[in-house]
Amino acid sequence: MKSLHDCALERILIIDGAMGTMIQRHRLSEQDYRGQRFADYHRDVKGNNDLLNLTQPQIIRSIHEAYLEAGADIIETNTFSSTRIAQADYDMQELAYELNLAGARIAREAADAFTRRNPDRPRFVAGAIGPTNKTLSISPDVTNPGYRAVSFDEVAAAYEEQVRGLVEGGVDVLLIETIFDTLNAKAAIYAIRQYFRKTGRQPLPIMISVTITDASGRTLSGQTLEAFYISIMHARPFSVGLNCALGARQMGPYLEELSRLASCFVSVYPNAGLPNAFGEYDELPHDTAQAIEGFAREGWVNIVGGCCGTTPDHIREIARLVSSYPPRPLPEVAHTLQTADSMEA
Amino acid sequence: MNKRQIIHPYLRLSGLEPLVVRPETNFINIGERTNVTGSKKFARLIREGKYEEALSVARQQVENGAQILDVNMDDALLDSEKAMTTFLQLLAAEPDIARIPIMIDSSRFSVILAGLKCVQGKCIVNSISLKEGEEKFLEQARICQDFGAAVVVMAFDEQGQADTLERRVAICQRAYRLLTEKLDYAPQDIIFDPNVFAVATGIEEHNHYAVDFIEATRQIKQLMPLCKVSGGISNVSFSFRGNDVVREAMHAVFLYHAIRAGLDMGIVNAGAIPVYDEIPAELRERVEDVILDRRPDATERLMEYAEQVKAKGKQVLKDESWRKGTVQERLIHALVNGITDYIEQDVEEARLQYPRPLNVIEGPLMDGMNIVGDLFGSGKMFLPQVVKSARVMKKAVAVLLPYMEAEKAQLQLDGKQQDRQQGTGKIVMATVKGDVHDIGKNIVGVVLGCNGYEILDLGVMVPAEKILQTAREVQADAIGLSGLITPSLDEMVHVAQEMERQGFRIPLLIGGATTSRMHTAVKIAPAYSGGVVHVQDASKCVQVVSSLLNPASREDFLKSIREEYGQLRMNFESKKSVKPYISLQEARANKQRIEWSEYHPPVPRQLGVQVFAEYDLEELSHYIDWQPFFIAWELHGKFPQILDDPKVGESARRLYEDAQALLQQIVREKWLTARAVIGLFPAYAVDDDDVMVETPDGQVRLCFLRQQIKKAADQPNLCLADFIKPQSMLAPGETDYIGAFAVTAGIGIEKWIRHFEADHDDYHIIMLKALADRLAEAFAERMHERVRKEFWGYQPDEQLTNEQLIREEYVGIRPAPGYPACPDHTEKRKLFHLLNASKATGIQLTESLAMYPAASVCGWYFSHPESKYFGVGKILQDQVEDYARRKQMSLDEVTYWLRPQLQD
Repeated sequence: MKSLHDCALERILIIDGAMGTMIQRHRLSEQDYRGQRFADYHRDVKGNNDLLNLTQPQIIRSIHEAYLEAGADIIETNTFSSTRIAQADYDMQELAYELNLAGARIAREAADAFTRRNPDRPRFVAGAIGPTNKTLSISPDVTNPGYRAVSFDEVAAAYEEQVRGLVEGGVDVLLIETIFDTLNAKAAIYAIRQYFRKTGRQPLPIMISVTITDASGRTLSGQTLEAFYISIMHARPFSVGLNCALGARQMGPYLEELSRLASCFVSVYPNAGLPNAFGEYDELPHDTAQAIEGFAREGWVNIVGGCCGTTPDHIREIARLVSSYPPRPLPEVAHTLQTADSMEA
Repeated sequence: MNKRQIIHPYLRLSGLEPLVVRPETNFINIGERTNVTGSKKFARLIREGKYEEALSVARQQVENGAQILDVNMDDALLDSEKAMTTFLQLLAAEPDIARIPIMIDSSRFSVILAGLKCVQGKCIVNSISLKEGEEKFLEQARICQDFGAAVVVMAFDEQGQADTLERRVAICQRAYRLLTEKLDYAPQDIIFDPNVFAVATGIEEHNHYAVDFIEATRQIKQLMPLCKVSGGISNVSFSFRGNDVVREAMHAVFLYHAIRAGLDMGIVNAGAIPVYDEIPAELRERVEDVILDRRPDATERLMEYAEQVKAKGKQVLKDESWRKGTVQERLIHALVNGITDYIEQDVEEARLQYPRPLNVIEGPLMDGMNIVGDLFGSGKMFLPQVVKSARVMKKAVAVLLPYMEAEKAQLQLDGKQQDRQQGTGKIVMATVKGDVHDIGKNIVGVVLGCNGYEILDLGVMVPAEKILQTAREVQADAIGLSGLITPSLDEMVHVAQEMERQGFRIPLLIGGATTSRMHTAVKIAPAYSGGVVHVQDASKCVQVVSSLLNPASREDFLKSIREEYGQLRMNFESKKSVKPYISLQEARANKQRIEWSEYHPPVPRQLGVQVFAEYDLEELSHYIDWQPFFIAWELHGKFPQILDDPKVGESARRLYEDAQALLQQIVREKWLTARAVIGLFPAYAVDDDDVMVETPDGQVRLCFLRQQIKKAADQPNLCLADFIKPQSMLAPGETDYIGAFAVTAGIGIEKWIRHFEADHDDYHIIMLKALADRLAEAFAERMHERVRKEFWGYQPDEQLTNEQLIREEYVGIRPAPGYPACPDHTEKRKLFHLLNASKATGIQLTESLAMYPAASVCGWYFSHPESKYFGVGKILQDQVEDYARRKQMSLDEVTYWLRPQLQD
């Protein structure tokens, strides 16, 4: 079977769209979230989407299938918030490992079923690793800028636990996404390196995806895009890219910059435009897809898909429009300083 | 995108911004002052926990051109891991410092590890070595790799530190092989430090150290071209400590040769390296002999020279040699150096040389002012000096004025046409209605005046109609508005609207402490289509005004401003939805939790109102916080360190001397009268956010606002009323208390302003106003201290230094109405009523509720140990409505006063 790397050299790969948007369509109740196992749980859990890996696995599986059907090559596990730190909001920190394991297995089964149908076109599972809800570089208390709500060691330990669940559940690649504080991402990279070193397992490729929060062109923790890229280069990532916060149209300049900098593959999965006055995303599939087609035409991308507000319809349209463009070629990485007449990077 | 892209193996580092070390990159300065082993001052600040000030050391390094910041906390008396963590986490909140990459410097790896866990960018670890063998070396390197750090490898192995050329190179090569082969460490991330040792120590073997370092650098760069070489430069001059002239020359010479051999970076005192070419030839030769080990007696010869330098000491003689120049040269010298001593005689001499008095202005005087303008524009001169220059200019013009008038009269008699005024542009300036603050506006006026603009300053509290009428009458080319208190922001919007309505087309400039580029872009600019520009400070105003008044650049400039402001508005719009707010009900549920049942409010020793009709200014002068004084003069930095600042220090010292002289005169000759009134009253909190105050004439309800931004877990939504014991918690017979104060140090100032005006002395006008402001703040500080220790007496044994007072280390707070913790200015009316303050002190409230004299302060006293300063921030409509109900004010009126607090 072809590896993810080989597929990415051949064509622009499609990653799936929003999980939350699709879960919302099911209009699940508190009871639905709880399922049987947590029927008597001591606090409300509605909104804990990752819990559905345990209580409503068939719904999660059907969402994965809808995206695979729409043409996704890579699907993301439903584990964005499956860290001990994020789950503490629901007092479910002890479930972190189990949520990841289950989330990875559901996606694995869905992807494998599609691969079996057409082995020439393998489907891959990316283990989604979110930013957690605490920041390592920013104080939550404006009057005490030196304060931190969490320590590097705590974040790294939480990520290592998450990575263990994802790897044991069978993911193909680890995806550190929606990065708004680079130090959190560095803790994730650190945890991944620790995990594979300790277990002696073959390290999985790492995808890294940062969030530029606004037109300042910086991360929430204040870094410029290039400063960010330099800060995570040591992960030797499979891909680096942008997701969330902005729509495709706002991401163009940043994507261009990243494409010029990155020695690895480049990914982008924007939101369906900017939210409207009600906080909803209403950009139509064709509009999102056209903007992404523009990126493909420029030769900036290897992996494309959607984030908040995107649906299987968006993904189908994106897949259709980018299919005729070649992927961005991997740059040559020089090993000496003397390379005459080269492009600056 | 046809050509295949190439990614080069450059060392890439980052803070908030990238630092890419390309082959053509110049030598990189690593700031060394944030090092407790190298800087006594930094060590003291860290030991005393003065991290704020320690940060200013870092900021200074960045401002002086450090491209990487070395941070070292290796002090036996410190918990170094903790100090490293605390400092780096605080530093992360300072974007102007965190911009550049960090070098985490420690001889203990546990400290390095603590640092690595705090830095989001790609940093440098300084250092690791083979000192404890290969295994330890690789283990530490791998941790650095896990954090993505570049690493400094010292030329040190199991046998010790390399002190010969051969060992330096051999150890570096061995480390290189281990790192690249065993760990696949990126070669460009390896930085070698081949050990800079002191030369000229008197020990012969040491003489060759510098040469060996330089040669080792050359060989390392040849053998391992992707790697970098760094060093601690100041070590080389260690034997000349105490003699900065010689030391700095040694650094410059050493760097000159080492950089040519390939040295990429070095730890240096950014800002204290002289230019190689500018070192006096004799010194340079002797230093070069030492560094390059060129003659056996090199050390003795340099020591001889060093003795001479020391013996000379500092020159204090006043240099009068400039008096020998031509009159033109003397006028220019006087202007550039701000010397008024000879201006009248020099101008008179010039007048007799030129055909017309106007020629003196257009000739040497404007030449001098142009030089001043250039020096200021390029950052080589600072505001206080510019204002002094302006004073010289004004005096010179005053000498010429009678002759010009006479000439004009003569021309009229002869029936000749008058010259048209040839000004570069006319600008009408005013502090808007309701506001009395004008120091900044005066400074801008002086600076613009220096640059040839004609300024019509309408003063303070000027209504929109008067500003616009004047602008029309004099055919002004621009209008400048200033203001300090928040209601002035709305008044500025009003002026802009009026300009639009009346069809003005001249640009509108906005300045003053509460104004901002964002507010201008979002609120003022949309109201007026003729062009609105925010001017950050006096140093920016000349460039803005010249772009605006020059027809060739005006449209382009306005267009770029419009685009910039449009972008700001867009950012503002898109940001708005992001910050989450909670309802007033939820915010109240998350109030500051105070264990009231355990708390018994301290009873004031002296209840009721007390008046201080003439307070001793000498006593107050000891309570002055000087830092804002320097900020008023646009000299930014901590006091007293700013006096030693390499860039602005000299300027700051002179300003400080002048300020001290004037202050002594004010105190001695009683130029100003300081008056205060304070009151302490029984009070308790009600309805969550209000405080009921008991007075002999009945109850007064004080209304406070509560934060509504969604807080992190465990962080309360604060309101000042949280710090007063609620009625429901009071034991029988018990009550809590609140205090109020109003102080002024500005009574009698007008007379002295007029005095200086008559002397064309803007320098002293601004100085006097700034000092009066400082005295008023000092007065507030002193009264608060006395309230804590004597009148309320809840901290009778308090012993705080002025620095501690400035840092607000006292127990309790004194928030001022109209400021962040209680932003509603209208509560000032209640405060004045409670104290009968206008009668007691002479302070008047304007219609915008600014206080006149401007040098006045008022506020509330809270005694609870948990009370603290905070900002209310934005509030939601539900609170506005609730607040209007509590204040019994119409919703419109409340909305008007709270506008800065409202969500847009």
